[in-house]
Amino acid sequence: MSQQPATKPIDEVDLETPPPETVRLQATSGFGRVLAPRELWRYRDLAFQIAARDVTIRYRQTAFGAAWAILQPVAFMIVFTVVFGRAAGISSDGLPYALFSLAALVPWMFFANAFLLGSESLVLNQALISKIYFPRIFIPAGVVAAGCVDFTISLLILLAIVLVYGIVPSLAILALPLLIAIAIMTALGAGAGLSAINVRYRDVRYIVPFATQIWLFVTPIVYANSALSQPLRTLSAINPMVGVVEGFRWAVLDTGNAPWDLMGISFVAAVVLLFAGLAYFDRVERSFADLI
Amino acid sequence: MADIAIQAEGLGKSYRLGLNAAYGSLREAVSEMGRRTAGRLVGRGEKPEIDVLWALRDVSFEVEQGEAIGLIGHNGAGKSTMLKLLSRIAEPTTGWAEVTGRVGSLLEVGTGFHPELTGRENVFLNGAILGMRRNEIRKRFDEIVEFANMERFLDTPVKRYSSGMQVRLAFAVAAHLEPEVLLVDEVLAVGDAAFQRKSLAKMAEVARAGSTVIFVSHNLATIQALCERAILLERGSVVTDAPVEEAVTGYLRALERAASDDLLTRTDRDGRGWEESKVSRLAVFDGDSDEADVVVGGRAARIVVEVTEVLPTMECQLTILNSLGQPVTTLDSELSSPADIRDGDSGPRIECRIETLPLIPGRYRIDVLLRGRQEIQDGLQAAAYFDVEPGVIDGRPMPAIGVDGDVVLPHTWQLPA
Repeated sequence: MSQQPATKPIDEVDLETPPPETVRLQATSGFGRVLAPRELWRYRDLAFQIAARDVTIRYRQTAFGAAWAILQPVAFMIVFTVVFGRAAGISSDGLPYALFSLAALVPWMFFANAFLLGSESLVLNQALISKIYFPRIFIPAGVVAAGCVDFTISLLILLAIVLVYGIVPSLAILALPLLIAIAIMTALGAGAGLSAINVRYRDVRYIVPFATQIWLFVTPIVYANSALSQPLRTLSAINPMVGVVEGFRWAVLDTGNAPWDLMGISFVAAVVLLFAGLAYFDRVERSFADLI
Repeated sequence: MADIAIQAEGLGKSYRLGLNAAYGSLREAVSEMGRRTAGRLVGRGEKPEIDVLWALRDVSFEVEQGEAIGLIGHNGAGKSTMLKLLSRIAEPTTGWAEVTGRVGSLLEVGTGFHPELTGRENVFLNGAILGMRRNEIRKRFDEIVEFANMERFLDTPVKRYSSGMQVRLAFAVAAHLEPEVLLVDEVLAVGDAAFQRKSLAKMAEVARAGSTVIFVSHNLATIQALCERAILLERGSVVTDAPVEEAVTGYLRALERAASDDLLTRTDRDGRGWEESKVSRLAVFDGDSDEADVVVGGRAARIVVEVTEVLPTMECQLTILNSLGQPVTTLDSELSSPADIRDGDSGPRIECRIETLPLIPGRYRIDVLLRGRQEIQDGLQAAAYFDVEPGVIDGRPMPAIGVDGDVVLPHTWQLPA
């Protein structure tokens, strides 16, 4: 069926409204929903509004507001410094333990929050999902995007604290965008994948909180990666947060020796995780409204 | 020929039944996977039996641009499923449909609202959810706010709004939506009578402006007022696709057929999954006689509802509708009177007595809604039909069939001699 736009005199043609598009609805199989750029672009305004909503509501009606973005990692830093730095005397590669843990906690808290909130996000938005069509990936992606705002704030404060300690970051700081990209890919891959599983199996709600705890301890946050012996030390970087955390210490604290091996492995692992998460999401997205 | 807005070919949608299919637990999925793998290894990959419900089956139709179409049918006939498919929320299991143009829906009040966001923020969010472009909302923002009459509260979180204000704002956004195809499920769009009235007005306007409208409603009068054509669905299939009068007649006949069935065997119930107690029988009696389903205007009538289970705080709502499916009156036990009797020994039985039946002769139907434990337990459309024979009210003969209106009020005249 052709949908010829009616012939109108030139001055009446409304440039803003494109000719009506025909959408074909039928059972689909395989992939191609999440990774459909045209479709995502068509709904870009909604994507923006969802992300804006997630940013706005995060600290509504809280006394400290966006300060929570840095209060959380700082609180952990204090506890870790007392318990692991002082009492347990864990090595911090010669850095002040407080800085050593804070540089790791800033990207970690971004990841942990995005992972936790992302995995719950589809279920929390079930009213929308069961009533309106839009590319569902916007929901977990919106959570991650909102987390990026926090991440930026806490990162700036981290840099300020580092300067106060008298450390002037070297050129290594230019690696930050790459490290942030790894953290975002990890959070989106894991968050989107688990949010999709959560639609069907609410077990996810119980798994994620303690999985996050375990993940915290298999990532060198309270300890240095150098405390591990080879080959575990390098292999551990298949946990993408290892590369992020060790990379952050190097980039922000000017430690000198770049953990390229860890960052490289973690980058690859993050890409794999992102694609796996999105691919699973893609497979099951079509049944969300039936199952949620 | 006009352009086609919607074309559906062999559309079907099946759901797997049972709690397990919907949620399930990871443990069950893992053990299931194990069993299947084991089965495959042993060489008999038998598939587990799955209970499948076809909500829609092999549905084909075409809608031209600018047409207003009503979807009618019993509860569970597939109307809402059809809207879900057309709005892309759910994917069809079989067949296909092509929809041309921007699709918009009128939704339950506040679906797209976030309570923590301010009125202003919600206008943008809700507009985007309904499918409006951002600069389109920005352009019409002042109009929307003026329409809702809300300038003062724009920067107040919506959770502090009264429900009336929320409705006003939600509707103001919806009213500025200009879809090429509008899908409306009245059951979803309700929540508030004022909102519903406005929604209907908006739909009529959209239809007049040349958009295509698909409208799901139980209210046959509104369907007849708004649509030229209607599609009658029964158990997921198209039974009639015809001019609206013909389809409505078909629906009323189908309802009447259903009323003669044993009520407990009917599946078109409205119990929202509760159904601890169900309506097992509904009958109308004349005065104190035992003869069912024929009553005389102006005399006493009793409507007797038998239920399967007596629950605490049971309430019953009866709606009497005329032969065109238009509601005449609703009787609701929740609006109680000191004359009502609650009797622990009356058994699973509810009786509503009308001392002087003010209905003119004709055929009427009764829809029933049963509440208990503060929940809707059961609901049935066309639970019974009854005929009113001509009678006398206050010594005055009743008008015959064919006059306007359905009721007679007791009255007296004063006339020049």
